[in-house]
Amino acid sequence: MSTVSWITARGLFGRRRFLMLLPLPAVLLVLAVTSRALGVDPGQWGPPVLVGLGLAVVLPVVALIVGTGVLGAEIDDGTVVHILTKPLPRWQIVLPKLAVATGVTAVTVAVPLYVAGVLAHSVRLGLALAVAASLGALAYSALFVALSLLTRRPVLLGLVYVLIWEGLLGNVVSGTKVLSIQQYVIALADRLAPTELLGTTVSVTVAAVMTALVSVGFTVLAVDRLRSYSVAGETS
Amino acid sequence: MSATSTERTLSPTAAESSGSAASTLDLAGVSRWYGNVVAVNDVTMRLGPGVTGLLGPNGAGKTTLLHMMAGFLAPSRGAVTLDGAPTWRNPGVYRRLGLVSEREAVHTFLTAQEFVLASAKLHRLPDPEAATRRAIALVEMESAQDRRIGTYSKGMRQRTRVAAALVHDPQVLLLDEPFNGMDPRQRLHMMGLLHSLGDAGRTILFSSHILEEVEQVSGTVQVMVAGRLAASGDFRTIRRLMTNRPHVFAVRSTDDRALAVALIAEPSVTGVELDRNGLTVRAGDYGAFTRALPKVALARGIRVRQLLPADESLESVFSYLVEA
Repeated sequence: MSTVSWITARGLFGRRRFLMLLPLPAVLLVLAVTSRALGVDPGQWGPPVLVGLGLAVVLPVVALIVGTGVLGAEIDDGTVVHILTKPLPRWQIVLPKLAVATGVTAVTVAVPLYVAGVLAHSVRLGLALAVAASLGALAYSALFVALSLLTRRPVLLGLVYVLIWEGLLGNVVSGTKVLSIQQYVIALADRLAPTELLGTTVSVTVAAVMTALVSVGFTVLAVDRLRSYSVAGETS
Repeated sequence: MSATSTERTLSPTAAESSGSAASTLDLAGVSRWYGNVVAVNDVTMRLGPGVTGLLGPNGAGKTTLLHMMAGFLAPSRGAVTLDGAPTWRNPGVYRRLGLVSEREAVHTFLTAQEFVLASAKLHRLPDPEAATRRAIALVEMESAQDRRIGTYSKGMRQRTRVAAALVHDPQVLLLDEPFNGMDPRQRLHMMGLLHSLGDAGRTILFSSHILEEVEQVSGTVQVMVAGRLAASGDFRTIRRLMTNRPHVFAVRSTDDRALAVALIAEPSVTGVELDRNGLTVRAGDYGAFTRALPKVALARGIRVRQLLPADESLESVFSYLVEA
């Protein structure tokens, strides 16, 4: 494990906001288990729990908390200077941080989604959801890490993207779905395990290409922004 | 200077020169503005081995200047170079440069030992454990090194940060207000440390808004006022300039007019102004005037009600320097 990822992980788990990661996946699990135990038809509870909660809320919100936590939190409190005053090419700082963010998000979200997928349909759906969510975790993390360097309010902007763009406009204006990581994840999961539970709106090709583009594009942007990282003047 | 140079272009030479010859930090016509506000205005200086104090009142642009030196801010105009290599967008310079910023930002969840060791590893030092031990010993933090930084006092955190900045034995060390929050003993130790680093051929620059701090640590000073380099050179010369400047006193007495007449005859007095609020006396020699005033007043039977040095603020000392 590189020193950058070690410090990043220590910082992530050492802050209290880490606890904010736990309730959402827990709610997802509780809803899936309860629905199954009460014998509700999976066609009834599947879409709202798997997509409405799991992919539309739990995945992006967990990715937002973690993605802005690995770099944005260090920029906020100024500790990022310690890592930046080292003779490291900036990609060697961005990539480990992105890896930690993606890994933590993927594990936090994929496990409850896998369980919920199995309970709703099959092991195949569970695995498909877990894989698609992990790919989504990478795309979201790249977006939120880059956002931490582009704005002083990454959490706010990230929330606007998730809630307004993906959540609200995605349901009203169909064109926005082409620029929605959530839709890519649904399309990928549905391709890996075709069921009646996931309604896709974008083609698998678009989803795969766009996920790769978003992940790579925002990573490159983050590396470039970190090269030009400026300390804001506080007194003068 | 090429604005697009990345870390890769300059790192090989940087690696080779580390730890050997002394380094020079050069500022050539450096300015930095934020919108319409000019924070640093056309500063040119060359910093070589030894300790240099960057002195100036709060808001003079010291921190902005330090950030540009350390590669954390692009100059709006001019160039900052370390041994010929630009510091902006060039992480290779950190092989030879250490920074202790003013902001007290540390990973509070780490111990000092973990924190300094992480710095050593990030520098890819051949023996990070040994470098960590050496750096922690330099700042005398051995006894507390296994406690979490969150439990430290301000001075201890500061020393930990200095240890992390020194772990790779940089040729150049920049410190922004390093004595803030230190108790007198810690301050004395830090001053000693900076002295010995300077004597060992390192280029040390520290900023301060306190005259006495700079006086005790450094022989060379750069004085900044309102974004400009107001004076630079040997501290004693500048100090003499400061002590020889006219001193202004506000004086009130039972008979201001009579006192004014008597004072203007004194050689130490260079000017007297009389207004409703009393006298404003300008004295060329601080000591001679304060000794003469009671005698003059006593001889005339005048009682002095008030004697206030009118411009003893640091800002006035600095602004005098700008005019000089």
